[in-house]
Amino acid sequence: MAHTFTYPRDVKTVYYFGTCLVDMSFPQAGMAGIHLLRRAGVEVVFPQEQSCCGQPAYNSGFLEEARAVARAQIKAFSKADWPIVVPSGSCAGMMRHHYPEMFANDPEYFDVRKFSERIFELGDFLHNALHVQYKDKGKPVKVTWHSSCHAMREMGATAAAKALIGQLSNVELVEIEREYECCGFGGTFSIKQPEISAAMVADKVEDIRSTGASAILSGDCGCLMNIGGAMERAGVPVAPRHLAEFIWERING
Amino acid sequence: MSSTARDRIFARLHAARTTVSPHVPQGGNWQAPMLDKAQRIELLKTRMETVRSEVHVVSEAEWPAKLLEVLKAREPKTLTYGHDAWFGGTLRSKVKGKGMPKLVPYGENVEAFRDELFGIDVGITSTLGGIAENGTLIVWPTPQEPRLLSLVPTVHVALLKADAIYSTLAEAMREMRWAEGMPTNALLISGPSKTADIEMTLAFGVHGPKELIVLVLE
Amino acid sequence: MGSQHLDFTANVTEALADRQLRANFKSALTGLMKKRVAVLPDEAERERMRDDAEAAKRNALAKLPELLERLERKCTENGIIVHWAETTAEANEIILGIMRSHDATKLVKGKSMVSEEMHLNHFLETHGIEALETDLGEFIIQLNHEPPSHIIVPAVHKNRQQVGRIFADNLEGIPYTDVVEELNAIARRTLREKFRTGHVGLSGVNFAVAETGTLVLVENEGNGRMCTTVPPVHVAVMGLEKVVESLSDLPPLLRLLTASATGQLVTTYVNCITSPRKEGERDGPKEIHLVILDNGRSKMLADAQLRRTLQCIRCGTCLNHCPVYIRIGGHAYGSVYPGPIGKILTPQIDGLADKGVLATASSLCNACEEVCPVRIPIPGIIRRMRTEAYDEKGDGVVKGHGAKKNLLETLVWKGWELTYRIPALNRFVVSMLGKFGDRLPNVGPLKAWTSVRTAPRFAPKSLHQLVKEEGIRHE
Repeated sequence: MAHTFTYPRDVKTVYYFGTCLVDMSFPQAGMAGIHLLRRAGVEVVFPQEQSCCGQPAYNSGFLEEARAVARAQIKAFSKADWPIVVPSGSCAGMMRHHYPEMFANDPEYFDVRKFSERIFELGDFLHNALHVQYKDKGKPVKVTWHSSCHAMREMGATAAAKALIGQLSNVELVEIEREYECCGFGGTFSIKQPEISAAMVADKVEDIRSTGASAILSGDCGCLMNIGGAMERAGVPVAPRHLAEFIWERING
Repeated sequence: MSSTARDRIFARLHAARTTVSPHVPQGGNWQAPMLDKAQRIELLKTRMETVRSEVHVVSEAEWPAKLLEVLKAREPKTLTYGHDAWFGGTLRSKVKGKGMPKLVPYGENVEAFRDELFGIDVGITSTLGGIAENGTLIVWPTPQEPRLLSLVPTVHVALLKADAIYSTLAEAMREMRWAEGMPTNALLISGPSKTADIEMTLAFGVHGPKELIVLVLE
Repeated sequence: MGSQHLDFTANVTEALADRQLRANFKSALTGLMKKRVAVLPDEAERERMRDDAEAAKRNALAKLPELLERLERKCTENGIIVHWAETTAEANEIILGIMRSHDATKLVKGKSMVSEEMHLNHFLETHGIEALETDLGEFIIQLNHEPPSHIIVPAVHKNRQQVGRIFADNLEGIPYTDVVEELNAIARRTLREKFRTGHVGLSGVNFAVAETGTLVLVENEGNGRMCTTVPPVHVAVMGLEKVVESLSDLPPLLRLLTASATGQLVTTYVNCITSPRKEGERDGPKEIHLVILDNGRSKMLADAQLRRTLQCIRCGTCLNHCPVYIRIGGHAYGSVYPGPIGKILTPQIDGLADKGVLATASSLCNACEEVCPVRIPIPGIIRRMRTEAYDEKGDGVVKGHGAKKNLLETLVWKGWELTYRIPALNRFVVSMLGKFGDRLPNVGPLKAWTSVRTAPRFAPKSLHQLVKEEGIRHE
């Protein structure tokens, strides 16, 4: 899959697609993303008719339901052709790469493709389109990082995230072993194959624990909910944090 | 039965034509680098040694002496070869006397020779060339030098002329005109027989030769 | 196996509980992943090789009937006898017929996944023929009456102690040892005797070159060369997708096959067989048979997406990189082809009713697609298997399509669609979750989730609400 995107220049306004999970469970992470975009001098527009990218149904074999929900998103973001920034690599990958696949044999294919080309992952957009610079005001801290599989393999967003973390002078980033490996979330996979998913997240938690970091950062709330829930259950004292929320706190002291 | 099976299979294969018009991406994007002669020898040697082959670069005149040295170090009892191979006469005149193996030419069909062959210590063969890119010998067995010479004896000694080392497999196929006539059996050989099937631990000589010794003749 | 009922959940439970098994897999597969990168260090060059390998395989599939006809014609000209089998049963009968025509009772086998797909050993044994695996890994598990757990390293689930016990228990006069060198020496002694006395040798085929009628086999051990050279008769079996157009397709395919499979630049032997023993030649088989198997493959060809399954060159690297395979191992899949490739191949061959469950065992992490040397879109085809399993639109083509269709899931996803398609309903549901979500009964999916995690929490105010309250521009 293509990792090299053409980034827009002189961005004045962007749309924000918050994702269903952020909407329900991590709205502060969503707000932090909006704050970071506004801080970079960009106006952020949030269509109220947005909901979910459709990935849960798409990955579960319910293509028609996924397409219906996808159409609703395309419509919600149709009033202007601004870039659409998404605080999740997984949802961004869905909208960037899989929407055109879902509509490959439909008359709206070319419109869908135009929509998809406007999709960017938040950290990637901040770094590569807006070239943000951050000054760390927080205390020294050791953190580690987990890329969602789709942030890494569909959106190529890992390097940008690490570059942003690297701008924070008091933050030490320790990489985890087998960083490239899935945390075991996989949406409905964690429900359909709970034992395998549990084994995967247990290993991930162990790798995180052994870094000695006090926080695990990620650009994807799905992974954070999975890893965070497992760490909490296992009593591992590492805080799961969305990258945007973490950066917003650090630069505001 | 199988002719009708064939018809049904082909009917489906042809029918697939009507439902799919496939996209075929363009090939020809990759090729291994072309090298000069010294580089070819050097790379072949490095590659082959990495997989535990023993490679000696010697002059045309020196190779018999190097072979005797190799044999002396191992003290084999028997050595098999093709009687009419280009080096057969040299072998017969040099490999004799105390401490040297008995020469057993592969002169009969395998049915008659098999039991003896499985007990022989060293097989020596010529090669048609080598490939630097992946560190392999090109071996096309012939009536004079049968296939099992390079497989059954415990040690395989191969003679390789430095001029016949190609940069890449693609170049060798082209220059040697493989497409115009493949032999009964064409082989690439990079090293001694090996396996890592137990705990990924590399071990040599699981079925075939435990050692491969290459004399590169400059 | 094959058509037997698969209790995947029970297999998974058993595999995950076996700590030794998990350790064996993790250590071996991590090593293979590292070796692959070490032998393909330059990413740009690797991608160019993949471009060529993918092109070669897709080209072959685009011209499949012509290339197979050409292969058959060239092989026949070269003196190789070609047989066609629609099913594994037919392929087995063909091989039995060849054995009987030579009064042969001893078959020595090189590694062949197609022969596993045929369950050839079992079939021949019921007809009084000894079918002996000679690849070391295959030999070990055959002695222990197990199927392979990996398509490249069949005994990867065994450690040296386990192998030592298998040898001591099954081979006459062999004392226990766990020294790898000694175990290899035992295999060498035992198997060389079998090569010497085998009646017929069997092999698979890595690539069949239509241009010249050449069968290309790659291997490290030399057992493949033994099986194809020492006995008087050689039988090669291949799936019909193994054909490539020309010799010039081979360099990138060979390089990527060995790099992906074992992290090697090249195997010890690349064995190209074009004819039986010719007049004047002193060894090699006097007779060569090529058995070409369909077993569902021609059906895959008829679908633009599914046909890409046929690009597979059986390197096994998708297994090595799969976080699911690494943890449960090959046997849990209850199928000849495990791991990611098995999740798309097995349901297409055996049907979604029996094997559709395999497609659920993926987090769709895309690791397989990232490393596949011929760029098979495995995650996309896994999704396709899931979609076909429910077959909402009734236009499925995979055997057993619609087998998983059920009212409960249909209703759940219809409800999901309404919730996320209709903004007012979405606002209502999200606000209800914000108020009462923490009191959801711990049953069904939530119970599966909370077996090792705390329950998800729902924010009192949604992002939709916060955006409004904080005065962010909204439409």
